[in-house]
Amino acid sequence: MSKGKRRFRGGDIPTSSMADIAFLLLIFFLVTTTIDMDKGLGMVLPAEGEEIEINKKNILNCLINSSGSVLIGGEGVEVRNLSKTVRQKLAENDKLVISVKAHKAATYRDYVAVIDQLKRANATRISIAESN
Amino acid sequence: MKIKRKTQLDSDIPTASMPDIIFMLLIFFMVTTVLREYSGLPISLPKAKRIEKLKSKRHTSHIWVSKDGLISIEDKLYASDGIRHVMYEKRVTDPQLVISLKADERAKMGLISDIHTELRKADALKLNYSSKTAID
Repeated sequence: MSKGKRRFRGGDIPTSSMADIAFLLLIFFLVTTTIDMDKGLGMVLPAEGEEIEINKKNILNCLINSSGSVLIGGEGVEVRNLSKTVRQKLAENDKLVISVKAHKAATYRDYVAVIDQLKRANATRISIAESN
Repeated sequence: MKIKRKTQLDSDIPTASMPDIIFMLLIFFMVTTVLREYSGLPISLPKAKRIEKLKSKRHTSHIWVSKDGLISIEDKLYASDGIRHVMYEKRVTDPQLVISLKADERAKMGLISDIHTELRKADALKLNYSSKTAID
């Protein structure tokens, strides 16, 4: 007994769900893409051999010792109060260049903390002296 | 007298090109996604408040510095005086290069200072001290 020929229903591939599939792929890539950008303290180093003479009274020395204590302009100061001190000094003299000098054995954490404090005091002229 | 509308306007939004548009978007995201990531060294970044975002990942090159003083660039270990050549090559190919220094917070400043000197010699002057956001 034969079942009989089925009726021909048309040979189209359904394309209506294509958009949904593409959307799913798009959403997958959107979700898996990490857009977490690197964040950090920006700094521009001076070019090699570019040494400028600065008037001594426009230099504010900032020294970091191996235990993380900070000395600014000859006075010891707590790191968290540094921005306040620097802001005062900048108000007195806006040409001030802050020269940061860290001891060889000082930790990077203390150094970053100092740079951060200087940035908070809106100090734009920061110079990094060689450690020794 | 009843006015007969002459043309019957088709009010459907054409959806046939919808997959094409979405595929275009998909391809755009696939192309712009940077999957090339280096594993670097295990470090704990220092914390800071006044941080800025790095503008472009494409123009960024990382230097990892561990607490033991190891320096890694693109998963290769270097001595501090070897950075100069690598960074100079990178600087030549990309003048907009920004160096992201991913140093451990316990790293010693003597080493960081050496890296500063090397970067100055390589003329890679734009530096970014990678750090986490501090909350206080």
